[in-house]
Amino acid sequence: MVSVSQSSSNEPEVRRIAGCDVEISEAGSGRPILFLHPMIGLQGAEPVLAALAAHGRVVAPSHPGFGRSARPAGCDTVDDLAFFYLDLMDELDLREAVLVGCDIGGWIAAEIATRSTSRVSAVVLSGATGIRVGDRDVQDLADIFALPKAEVDRLSFHDAAHAALDIAAMSDAEVTALARNREATALYGWSPYMHNPKLRQRLHRIAVPALVLWGAQDGFAPPAYGRAYAEALPKGRYDAIENSGHYPHVEQPDIFAARIGAFLEAAGLSGRATTSNVRSAG
Amino acid sequence: MRVYHFSEQPYPDAWLPGQDLRVTLANKHCDPQVAANLYHRYQDEWMLADELGFDIMVNEHHATSTCLSSVAAVTLSILARITKKARLLALGYPLANRTDPLRAAEELAMIDVISRGRLDMGFVKGVPYEVAAADSHPTGMMDRLWEAHDFILKAMTHQDGPFAWRSDNYEYRAVNIWPRPWQQPHPPVWITATSLPSAAPIAQRGHVLATFLGGYKTRELFDAYRTAYREAWQRDAAPDRLAYLALMAVADTEEEALIRAEKVAGYLRTIARVPEPYRNPPGYGSVADNVRALRAGGQRPGMVLPSGRTIQPITAPCTDLIEAGILFAGTPDQVHDQIVRFNAAMGGIGNLIVMGQGGPLSHEETVDSLTLFGTKVLPRLKTLDATVATAVA
Repeated sequence: MVSVSQSSSNEPEVRRIAGCDVEISEAGSGRPILFLHPMIGLQGAEPVLAALAAHGRVVAPSHPGFGRSARPAGCDTVDDLAFFYLDLMDELDLREAVLVGCDIGGWIAAEIATRSTSRVSAVVLSGATGIRVGDRDVQDLADIFALPKAEVDRLSFHDAAHAALDIAAMSDAEVTALARNREATALYGWSPYMHNPKLRQRLHRIAVPALVLWGAQDGFAPPAYGRAYAEALPKGRYDAIENSGHYPHVEQPDIFAARIGAFLEAAGLSGRATTSNVRSAG
Repeated sequence: MRVYHFSEQPYPDAWLPGQDLRVTLANKHCDPQVAANLYHRYQDEWMLADELGFDIMVNEHHATSTCLSSVAAVTLSILARITKKARLLALGYPLANRTDPLRAAEELAMIDVISRGRLDMGFVKGVPYEVAAADSHPTGMMDRLWEAHDFILKAMTHQDGPFAWRSDNYEYRAVNIWPRPWQQPHPPVWITATSLPSAAPIAQRGHVLATFLGGYKTRELFDAYRTAYREAWQRDAAPDRLAYLALMAVADTEEEALIRAEKVAGYLRTIARVPEPYRNPPGYGSVADNVRALRAGGQRPGMVLPSGRTIQPITAPCTDLIEAGILFAGTPDQVHDQIVRFNAAMGGIGNLIVMGQGGPLSHEETVDSLTLFGTKVLPRLKTLDATVATAVA
């Protein structure tokens, strides 16, 4: 069992969890908020992690294969990531946690919660991928692997300034993380493209309150996709954030955190104290 | 030295100016009647090459006007029946882009039998921009290449009824190919390589290492192979374990040869006309390679000539390509001397693959160039191995 520091430091440290060396940032205290990052990793996420720390203890790992996190042999599907995070919640003894997942992180959150909500009190899915909505010849999600980078950036951000990266100013470790994020995204999301054909029919199992939080100008995963997600969740509610594309946690971090705070309060889950009971596995 | 004649079977009428030529070029630009004429003429040229004493190389690419051979097995199947003596090299079968190595084993065994044992099996990973056309997974490609290789060789050599194969990549219940291959235990295997670390796995298996258009620097790659081969087999690698591909054009005059060479070099001129998203799919290159690419911002490193000068092969004039060892072109004597010089610099290679037809080089030009090479150069190259073996020792 790995003990968890309660410090508010945002510097990621590498810890061995479920047989995998993962980097984890932590901030705040109280109810655990497990932040599951998007395909761009934790790039641009510092402000939102700080803002979320006002609502609980933020635990923000890099998924195996992303950032500086290792990837164990055999971990090559989002299914594997979901089981990894079930193990992580056990090892860190996270109780009544709020899963906040963006993009592929939302997909992972949904996969976790369809398996067990024994350590989960609520789910927030932002720009979540993972389900198939349209007909066989309709693309639900823009194919980032078939589009020029400039077009991917345009679809992903309301304000293109957020997409700009100064590679020359980045350290080797940061550029390596960029390259690893891109490769890991393909590993987990190439085929079936960014979804699990079985996930949508399993979403009915997620009985905890769920907030589907979407960028109103998301050109990668259109708002209709988010609404379909919300409709498939028994306690799902759809909410849009203006002036944001696919990554509202980057473009509107304060609003993003405030909406989550309000959602938790409405669900009776606000407050910094963590209850001690762990519900039995569902 | 054996010499293989190669053409990509291009469709140069659809090399549309200003357009990418791979993955996205709409097939409304393909006239099936023009394509039929091209297939027939390229097959005629291979039949001529067969008569002239060349061996034959065939490849495949997908969704492109640069190469009409989208299924190497189809071209090879035809050549297996209409040619007489030539070795038939498939270089290659893009195994990491093919989802079904059992089907590949069946195709190759049939071709080997129909040709009565003339098949050389070239296995390649597959080019980055065809990951999309094949919808194969861009990560784990080398693993799939080597596993498909292992599987195909087992399928070809296992003679005692069905066997099962179950892995993360491939799953088969009852593998029992009919026919089994003509050549025993299986047709020769060729694998392509460009980077030094990729030489050892090929040498350790005793397969032929083939490499394309690398110029004089290729010596390092061949030496890496030789070193690994010596370690694995306790003897020197024979020259026939190595293969090099270059562009080729011959004519009665140097001036005419250079005109032909520029047409063949159309292959090089168009090689980079790939839509941006397909140039470097995630996972195709290593993380370290991608870090370098991100830092370089898409600039090409260029090729350093023996003289120390750096050129960009895609745009360099043919005289530079000759100096680089990427192109052999000129009169028969000049081409002979260029090849002898290059071969000596490589320490002796047993297999030379020449792109004897490329780009808009016409049938008449190709026939003349091949005939000049076949009658005035090729006979003098047949004895080159011995010369070089001495030079190496």
